Amino acid sequence: MQTVSFSMNVNGRAETLTLDPRVTLLDALREHLDLTGSKKGCDHGQCGACTVLVNGRRINACLSLAVMHEGDEITTIERFAADGELDALQAAFVEHDGFQCGYCTPGQICSAAGMLREIAAGMPSHVTADFSETDIALTDEEIRERMSGNLCRCAAYPNIVAAIRQVAA
Amino acid sequence: MKAFSYTRATSLEAARKAVNGGGEKFIAGGTNLLDLMKLQVETPSHLIDINHTGLDAIEATAEGGLRIGALVRNSDLAADVRVRDKYELLSRALLSGASAQLRNKATTGGNLLQRTRCYYFYDTTKPCNKRQPGSGCAALGGFNRVHAVLGVSDQCIASHPSDMAVAMRVLDAVVETVKPDGTVRNIPIAELHTLPGETPHVETVLGHGELITAVTLPPPPSGKQIYRKVRDRASYAFAMVSVAAILDVQKGEVASGKMAFGGIGAKPWRDEDAEGKLHGGADSGAFADAVLADAAGHGDNDFKIPLTRRVIHAVIAQATGKDSQHGI
Repeated sequence: MQTVSFSMNVNGRAETLTLDPRVTLLDALREHLDLTGSKKGCDHGQCGACTVLVNGRRINACLSLAVMHEGDEITTIERFAADGELDALQAAFVEHDGFQCGYCTPGQICSAAGMLREIAAGMPSHVTADFSETDIALTDEEIRERMSGNLCRCAAYPNIVAAIRQVAA
Repeated sequence: MKAFSYTRATSLEAARKAVNGGGEKFIAGGTNLLDLMKLQVETPSHLIDINHTGLDAIEATAEGGLRIGALVRNSDLAADVRVRDKYELLSRALLSGASAQLRNKATTGGNLLQRTRCYYFYDTTKPCNKRQPGSGCAALGGFNRVHAVLGVSDQCIASHPSDMAVAMRVLDAVVETVKPDGTVRNIPIAELHTLPGETPHVETVLGHGELITAVTLPPPPSGKQIYRKVRDRASYAFAMVSVAAILDVQKGEVASGKMAFGGIGAKPWRDEDAEGKLHGGADSGAFADAVLADAAGHGDNDFKIPLTRRVIHAVIAQATGKDSQHGI
């Protein structure tokens, strides 16, 4: 069985791993780097629990091979409170009760962080009416559409939207 | 996942030279391929990672169109100012598909080659002629709500799942490929996908190791552009029926038009002959009759035929301003 050596930067640390190419980015983070904040929900890119940021963009870590991330900069939920203080999104999720069981929450927060960057970059969504507009107002409808890749089995959606709205304001 | 070996290609030449005529697959975004590999629907012996081959630019062509590199991510293509401005239906189609996370990974070339979402294709305990030729089709007598009503055969009724390809079909895009020996060819998108017939496991005209390098759009069309998608959820769901339309509206009537369809065909569907019915004050009923003349449901998906008629009517009404209801 072939193994492949590669390096990536995870939460500000250079990591070099030698892995079976079958190992997903999610399993590399959880099983080889002990970063268990990112969660495995469906393992098929349907639920969003594994969402991490790669070079600042949100992706499903379960649908990507770790070896494909040579040289990439990975940010997981563990980075958000690295100095012991909750990040603004984390604090807003607590304040608005944006979770119940909490299993989807790391993915929700990483996804929300990626989404706020997409809004800042003027990227439109399915519900954006005017595509010539690059200063897009983050309405509840926009938040719901842009966060549709993150499922919450406890259905804390109204509170998740409220938390994100507060941080975006 | 079955074991495989892995090569990171750092040039187009290296990628094509890594093909040896065996069980290789190219991997780009991987959002569909890895999903299928986990289920052992896809079992490549070798993966050639093409993410570092530089095919990620969107460039203006001399003819006034756009050349989109095969590795341009769906989210970047949808957000590109030139696409938003001149090919709005392509942006709309892309943004109606998948989730933001998936669009950040999924590529232009990969989207064209994504496999069907037929439940039985995904379930390796069930017969499927597409997955295992000659094993039968469990969808014909089974659950077939998501299946196609046009272009199917008695071997396979799977629908093509892409939104992006439907938009590219109506835009008359051309797909550029390179073969392992370096030969380049340009394939009109109408000719890229094949119908199931007796060989549903063959889905495109591409040979083994033939790599999509770019998709070229002709100069922007004139007329109103609409992408309308009807699905079971408001977001993050495949189309039951989708329509990509370019309609020239004069004095409140459709003077001419083009329409392509998703969710109803074995491939991204378009009927250029039927589009004659859209000339000179379109009769949406006559156009729908012509498009759906050969449509056949298989039980659960019968509803797609009347639904397609209604979506055609709604799109024409939206374009001509005769109907203010946009949220079908």
